[in-house]
Amino acid sequence: MLAVDGITVRFGGITALDGVAFTVEPGTAVGLIGPNGAGKTTLFNCLTRRCTPNGGDVRFEDEDLLALPPHAVAGRGIARTFQNLGLFPRLTVRENVMVGAHSRGRTGHLAAALRLPRVRREETELHDQADDLLQRLGLADVADHPASGLPFGTLKRVELARALAVRPRLLLLDEPVNGLSHGEVGQFADLVRSVRQEFDLTLVVVEHHMGFVMGLCDKVVCLDFGRKIAEGSPEEIQRDPAVIEAYLGVAA
Amino acid sequence: MNTITAALGTDRARRPRAALTVLLAAAAAVGAPFYFAPFQVFQLTMVLLYAVALAGLNLLVGFGGQISLGHGAFFAAGAYTAAVMLDRYDTGHLATLPAAAAGCFLLGLGFGVPALRLRGLYLALVTLSFAVFLPPLLKRLEPVTGGSMGLTVDKLQPPAWSGLAEDQWTYFVVLAVTVVALLLARNLLRSRVGRALLAVRDNESAAEVMGVRLSLHKTLAFAWSAMFAGVAGCLYTWVIGFVSPDSFSFVLSITLLAGLVVGGLASLYGPLLGAAFVMYVPSVSQDVSEAAPGVVFGLLIITVMFVAPTGLAGLPGRVLGAVSRRLPRTTAALDRTPEADSVPETDSVPEADSVPEAEPKSPAGSRPATTLTPADPAVVDAEPVGAPPRTEKE
Repeated sequence: MLAVDGITVRFGGITALDGVAFTVEPGTAVGLIGPNGAGKTTLFNCLTRRCTPNGGDVRFEDEDLLALPPHAVAGRGIARTFQNLGLFPRLTVRENVMVGAHSRGRTGHLAAALRLPRVRREETELHDQADDLLQRLGLADVADHPASGLPFGTLKRVELARALAVRPRLLLLDEPVNGLSHGEVGQFADLVRSVRQEFDLTLVVVEHHMGFVMGLCDKVVCLDFGRKIAEGSPEEIQRDPAVIEAYLGVAA
Repeated sequence: MNTITAALGTDRARRPRAALTVLLAAAAAVGAPFYFAPFQVFQLTMVLLYAVALAGLNLLVGFGGQISLGHGAFFAAGAYTAAVMLDRYDTGHLATLPAAAAGCFLLGLGFGVPALRLRGLYLALVTLSFAVFLPPLLKRLEPVTGGSMGLTVDKLQPPAWSGLAEDQWTYFVVLAVTVVALLLARNLLRSRVGRALLAVRDNESAAEVMGVRLSLHKTLAFAWSAMFAGVAGCLYTWVIGFVSPDSFSFVLSITLLAGLVVGGLASLYGPLLGAAFVMYVPSVSQDVSEAAPGVVFGLLIITVMFVAPTGLAGLPGRVLGAVSRRLPRTTAALDRTPEADSVPETDSVPEADSVPEAEPKSPAGSRPATTLTPADPAVVDAEPVGAPPRTEKE
């Protein structure tokens, strides 16, 4: 479904990603792990066209992803969440989710200004879809609250809801459980698992919480200093000497 | 469950109240020219046309998060388009409106392109330069614009069938255009397009990931905004019947921005309040001090910003918020008695809405909720985009 082939990203003298390659099969969940600064988020940014690699190839369902303009990525069925929340703080929770559906709407500026009947219809439709999603994620109570000043765990769920509103086939989660309490991590993992079933999602997850990654993912890719150092099932990764060395260092 | 019924109840109550408000406002707007003296009607007309310009500026600054110090120039462009068409080509007033609108839309589209690359102070500077260089340009193009002498054109004349005086007829025409313009702006904001604009303001990169095409929405926001200013300028020519480069110095741009901030950024009726401020306060300050009206004007702006940092439009919400913050404290005290589990005053909105917020651990988390739902449903209704900038303050 997604094939990353030899992508390289350089920021000045720093090579953030160095020939990373892996594939994501439809319906699977791939975990992307590695110490801080390994290049995980940079890789995500390449997948959503926030940053253009210096070399390499990213194909999504046989389409060259790097040839798309950034705003077109959502329309292809790719959604993401952000490491430090990328919500719209002055919009309500519901409006946040409705922005998620932006790529599925068709209303243009002129039609919107004149509020043609089809605009009205689309609005009701999007509104109802957003409410369904909020209901599904247990956010109906805060639908009219601005997406700020709520508990962090709630905001994380709002972001998930917004990403789901894109109707993605590939969902990229950037550290979905960082900053959550122990209990919340478990709840969020259950939520992601059930949502994955329900919406038939393919997942790529960047996360430091090993319990979360190992419990959720079918395959794990480990990066270190921009290079892929290991790839395999969670069990293999846990035993991989290169991974252990990257995380814990090696005895002198 | 009971929150849902409560919400339904308030929703049902909100509609008639909103309808009533609209009806009363419409009655007042239609009745005003028959009640006031011609000069006062003229002032009201000016308030309306400034409101159009401010609504446009609001699209850009309040909702779009961009900044323009050049809206006086778009205003001037609209005014001169109308004046030149009336003066040279004798087209009749009505034809000048679409021409001014279209011309300024295109002009705004052109300015939207640098706006893609520049932000904040840099964008302010570029737009300001437009406002600074336009008046001298108008003076130079003497054959068309009449140079520094300006152009004198016909004002709107009431048709015989209407039986209205000139000032009344002008007022009604301007009122009609203003209503249409404000409705257009409101529709725009309550749609996918408006949400995209707000999303770009709040978090550009997240908006793009969600599929919002930044270049399109930002340039079009600029174009719409310029178009509204141009329409206001066109109305200005209709009302005043005279344009000269000196009426549109860059001070106008700054006055417009000040008026918008005073009226209330990102509020749907803030432009009306801001326009009233721009129109009346200079003359009021003239009365207060013959010698230094500017000083009084400035002091008044400072006072308003101090009392109502979210603008005049945010003032009722702030007052109600402050009041309701006092009230729950007393009801909470009553709550200590075991019987009081149905608090008598709970038919008001804030109670119903703040129930779900009871779970956040810190009291700070629940505070914005109570302030967000100002007990006045009309406020909520008028501000669907719900951008009370006060959340930033917390």
